Amino acid sequence: MSMWKGLHMTARAAHGIHVSLRFIHKHTRLCTLWSRNISTGRPVQNDFFKDLENQFKAFREKAADAMPGSDWTPFEKNRSLPPERADIVIVGGGVVGWSIAYWLKQKEMIRDGVRVLVVERDPTYSQASTVLSAGGIRQQFSLPENIHLSMISADFMRNINEHLSVLNEDPVDLQFNHSGYLFLASEKVAHIMEENYRTQRYAGAKVSLLSTTQLKEKCPWINTDGVVLASYGLENEGWFDPWMLLNAFRRKAISMGVYQCFGEVTGFRYTTNTMTTAEGDTVDFRRIKYANVQMPNSLEYQPVECAIVVNAAGAFSGKVAEMMGIGLGLKDTIAGIPLPVEPRKRFIYVVHCPNGPGLDTPFLVDYSGVYFRREGLGGNYIAGMSPEEEEEPETNNLEVDHQFFQKIWPHLAHRVPAFECLKVTSAWAGFYDYNTFDQNGIVGMHPLVNNMFFATGFSGHGLQHSPAVGRAMAELILDGGFKTLDLSAFSFKRIMTKEPMLERNIV
Amino acid sequence: MLMQRSCRQVTLLAAPSRYWSSIPVAPPSLQPRLLLFLSQRFHDIETILSWSSWFKNRGLRQKNFFYGYTQQNYGDNIAAAYYILSLKGGFRFAGQSEWFRSDRRGKFNWDFMNHRDTSIEEVDVSNTLINYTGLENLVKQRGLCTLSVSGCAEVDDWFLSRLHIFQDTLEELDISNCPRISVGGLAALQKLRGLRRLDVSSLPRLQNPGLVAILLEEMLPHCHVTAIGYDHSLIYSHTQTDG
Repeated sequence: MSMWKGLHMTARAAHGIHVSLRFIHKHTRLCTLWSRNISTGRPVQNDFFKDLENQFKAFREKAADAMPGSDWTPFEKNRSLPPERADIVIVGGGVVGWSIAYWLKQKEMIRDGVRVLVVERDPTYSQASTVLSAGGIRQQFSLPENIHLSMISADFMRNINEHLSVLNEDPVDLQFNHSGYLFLASEKVAHIMEENYRTQRYAGAKVSLLSTTQLKEKCPWINTDGVVLASYGLENEGWFDPWMLLNAFRRKAISMGVYQCFGEVTGFRYTTNTMTTAEGDTVDFRRIKYANVQMPNSLEYQPVECAIVVNAAGAFSGKVAEMMGIGLGLKDTIAGIPLPVEPRKRFIYVVHCPNGPGLDTPFLVDYSGVYFRREGLGGNYIAGMSPEEEEEPETNNLEVDHQFFQKIWPHLAHRVPAFECLKVTSAWAGFYDYNTFDQNGIVGMHPLVNNMFFATGFSGHGLQHSPAVGRAMAELILDGGFKTLDLSAFSFKRIMTKEPMLERNIV
Repeated sequence: MLMQRSCRQVTLLAAPSRYWSSIPVAPPSLQPRLLLFLSQRFHDIETILSWSSWFKNRGLRQKNFFYGYTQQNYGDNIAAAYYILSLKGGFRFAGQSEWFRSDRRGKFNWDFMNHRDTSIEEVDVSNTLINYTGLENLVKQRGLCTLSVSGCAEVDDWFLSRLHIFQDTLEELDISNCPRISVGGLAALQKLRGLRRLDVSSLPRLQNPGLVAILLEEMLPHCHVTAIGYDHSLIYSHTQTDG
């Protein structure tokens, strides 16, 4: 300590010497104003004292490293590698992954009770479904579980600053537009809409049914040709900024001690426990011991020893599941059933129409499958449509097919006559984590891989359900079962028994 | 005394009041900086600072309790009336002309207990702590005509989206000077088809107040929109011309 003080004093003294030398410099320069100065001595002296200061600085840094409490090691270490051991590894840094990380830290009973690591492949989030989504939230589903998930998530977003505010940081502003969703039904599907309305009201969602005249009164810019019934969400429906929600979860989770790593999970090391059934067939029960996380643009990888792995990789969850051998077994066994999640590309087009509907435009979903919503205050709208099964675009890139808009435009112009003269200003594409089995999320454990949990396959609803799914997963992992909302209907079991939980949509 | 001073600095630190951070904020003085420095190094100080926001939330929740017991025993109207008076607001029953208000110290006249069956027509809860959960006390007042929440710090977009309950009867709404309201909440006012007078003056979070006022007038054609207190002057951008 006294050596440190002495060091500091000599540095100050050296600085003092430097200053006085500069003074001598100026003085001598003044004296030699008439005689030319051709000696080379002075710059060398300058460098020497500058070097002295740098050397003192380097010495100070070395001394700080030698003190206890510094993290100096003689071995070269790559600081972007994940820790060698983590309790829970979450594969996928989208909104679902960070929501699970936040809720795990929120529910731990003691400080540093669980060590959570979130592994995200792409630091720029260029292909992540979260940031490319339209950002809508609605309660108008036909399954009660989906309605409850949306309602709980809307409650969370209402009180988001109570949950996700960090000391001395700006409060979270989701830019939530409370314009509601408006679904239009033709005569063929009106009965489905009525049944859904009953389910939604029973679950507590605030939805109202509108007849054609009421619809025309409410939205005079709609052409109600072919529309028999409309369903409008009165509360907790609208759209928001998904990037703000992701960053709010991430900021709060990191402030609570979640580790973040940018890298790709390329494989797992697991132990296998083979058991035989009564009929004599063998079943392999696997337990993940290590998750190999590979650094971006490098062959270097870190095997992270973990207790639980959560697969929240969104559109790419199928690949992560394959790394564990899920789906690579014999045809008629449980091990032969793959995780039915694959990426599906969806396009969103930004259009500009100066005479379009104004501030009261809801998120309109037509029975033909076309949807649009207002974006900003300048007459811009966002439109899209789910393609038919046969016309699914390729998923190896995120290029936009501008010809697809020619299929959307007639429906748009038919429904809203003002959209006959519009201009497409921009477009983008994003992946759905499409569940090919029944287009609803898969939440829960896998029967054969004892410590892999799934939270994926939401097929376009992942963003709006993310806070509730995060809490449900945290309860499942830390408490052993669902406590506030029972999502056992979304478990992997329904895929094994081939009982789909289909949404009875009108589109 | 020292404890008190640090408590006040604590609220300065922990209150999420920087909603419009484009306005330049002066760097905090020494004591909040010291508290921030300590909270980043010691867990206990961080916990103590988080308690202050918890206490503030608790105070807010206590103000906006659901008066279920009162509703059960005295009826919806009396419960709503008591809630408004406990918030230090004022109201007027339907068919009467006198207002019931509570004074600055929270004392009020108990005569409103005589009118169990009259619903409330006009409510003035300006500059109070009413919020979304508190609105639960007023949902049964289906005859509400006038609502003024001017200057309420806790009224936000979700509060506005809940006002659809009064969509048939509400005629006058005053939401001026509410720091948390933004365009997303104003879009929710489309459901109030009976609205005749709307006051959206001096909302700090509106970026384009003139445009929003015009869009509101288009959205609610029978409604008169008042939007004063904004600076509509053009912003001149300095363009560099190359010599």
